[in-house]
Amino acid sequence: MTFSPELIAQSIITGIMIGGVFALISVGLSLIWGVMRIINFAHGEFLMVAMYIAYFLVARGGWDPYATLLVTTPALFLLGALIFRGTIRPILGHPSMNQIMLTVGLSLILQNLALVFFKADVLTTRTEYTRMILSIGPVIIRVPQLIAFIGSALTAFLLYWYLQRTDTGRAIRAAAQNKQAATLMGVDVQRIYLLAFGIGSATLGVAASLMISFYYTSPTVGLFFGLIAYVVVVLGGLGNFLGTLVAGLIIGLTESVGAAILPGSLSRVLTFALFILVLLFRPQGLFGGKRA
Amino acid sequence: MKLRWNVVAPLALLVVLAGLPLFATEYMLHIGVLVLLAAYLATGWNILGGYAGQHSLGHSLFLGIGAYTSTYLFAQIGLTPWIGMWVGALFAAIVGWFVGYLCFRYGLRGPYFALVTIALAEAMVYLVTNLNALGGAEGLDVRWVGHNPALMQFEGKTAYYYIILIMTALLLFGVQRYSRRRFGYQMIAVRENEDAAEALGVDTLAVRIRALVISAVVTALGGVFFAQYYTYINPRNVFGEGPSVQMLLFAIVGGLGTVWGPAIGAILLVPIAEFARSSLGNTFSGAHLLLYGVVLVLVMLFMPNGIVGLVQTLERRRRGGRA
Repeated sequence: MTFSPELIAQSIITGIMIGGVFALISVGLSLIWGVMRIINFAHGEFLMVAMYIAYFLVARGGWDPYATLLVTTPALFLLGALIFRGTIRPILGHPSMNQIMLTVGLSLILQNLALVFFKADVLTTRTEYTRMILSIGPVIIRVPQLIAFIGSALTAFLLYWYLQRTDTGRAIRAAAQNKQAATLMGVDVQRIYLLAFGIGSATLGVAASLMISFYYTSPTVGLFFGLIAYVVVVLGGLGNFLGTLVAGLIIGLTESVGAAILPGSLSRVLTFALFILVLLFRPQGLFGGKRA
Repeated sequence: MKLRWNVVAPLALLVVLAGLPLFATEYMLHIGVLVLLAAYLATGWNILGGYAGQHSLGHSLFLGIGAYTSTYLFAQIGLTPWIGMWVGALFAAIVGWFVGYLCFRYGLRGPYFALVTIALAEAMVYLVTNLNALGGAEGLDVRWVGHNPALMQFEGKTAYYYIILIMTALLLFGVQRYSRRRFGYQMIAVRENEDAAEALGVDTLAVRIRALVISAVVTALGGVFFAQYYTYINPRNVFGEGPSVQMLLFAIVGGLGTVWGPAIGAILLVPIAEFARSSLGNTFSGAHLLLYGVVLVLVMLFMPNGIVGLVQTLERRRRGGRA
């Protein structure tokens, strides 16, 4: 095999673009963990639901893929809030294992409902953006990936600003740091949890709309993105907002550069190897376990 | 003389199950094998998940290691699975020790442990898929050599049924026995209150790692049976999330950290799931997994201690609320 500099440059560019999306997908998981110490093992399946919504709006409804944001984002907020209210809130005080298993059950339900309704078919949609490219010298940038990267960065920035600068954002961070103290200061912690779960899920709606132009949809698509999100949040330090963003980029680069230099899907193995190395040497994540 | 139900009932069940092949059809035996294998694997998962309180979401890692080791050794050098299973168990023990050390050394427990195990199992799916020596995505066949007990290959299902029945009975006997011994109490102590256990001189790290290694060995042996029974394995069906979820599901539904819970969960759920799969499978391929998901959610919401836990609670109430 020959590794031309162009190929490496290309894979780095692609890796950064994809890494931005990975970061966006993982930020919601990390936020939910940071606020209520729950890992939603149905996170990937929530994304899958959002991708089906975006797919049908684009493929059947003829929507502009980026206009689907207006539907996917509130829809996922609602899905997250409803599932939190109906299933997670009743067992908030239970051992963390019960919450984990509950979300594992939810992921099975969503995945197999998708299988029932949409069969195992892999659905792709070709939008007007799909084939657009920018050439910079020998390196090609796919426009939908660039838009996804910029969109992800903007969303992450907005979310960060919201958490840091608004009163509700401060309340969310207060609830994450100390539930009792926040309650005493007049924060309605139950409402904050609902909000955090909704926001953490809504980020997946954004991600789905950003990805629909260049990524396929299938009942098991959540499995892959869920795993990526788990690896990213552990790498970034569970609950660490900025760490998650950086870790997303690292995993994007690992996957992309790995795919350029390794045969088959071995790049995925590289990702997991990195994950194991981090656990060995920095189990608190690359950037510590501090909460945002 | 007072009848000791905890001895009599299992023995009676064993006698009934041992007699089943005398009148059962092949299909009933097949269901019997599936129930017993599920009970066996869930009981193995329960050693770590129920007794030691560490919930692995990627126990298929060990199932796959067992299945691939024996199948590969048989295909390459003709080694009988009767020996290959112990090589697989050894590999699983080494990997289990490594994973346990990796996680528990820094106190990566609870959700962290769940994330790590799921990631490791999934890493194996991709790794094996890319290894041509292990058959890649196509997987490996256990070559049929005709009825040959020395190579763990049998005509019909009766012999397989008895093998898994014996494996399950031995495992349950072992769990029953050791859960009432020092190591069993150490595991429960570590699960319930790590600091207190440590203060009383329990080496909590060693106990957790040991529980994981035992559980890994048990699961790997089950993986060898899986490969011999189905005569075909691929990365997804042994290392994938399907087997992992089923192992924990039966244990949780039946009752975590109880001797009989996982087996009871398997006895109740596997026949229903198989019925759903065979009657709805053509039009509705995820039927049994959908059912598992619904059961898992309902159990977590309404009876988190599983069936055995529920029965124990009712029993206590009947006796007048004494704990």
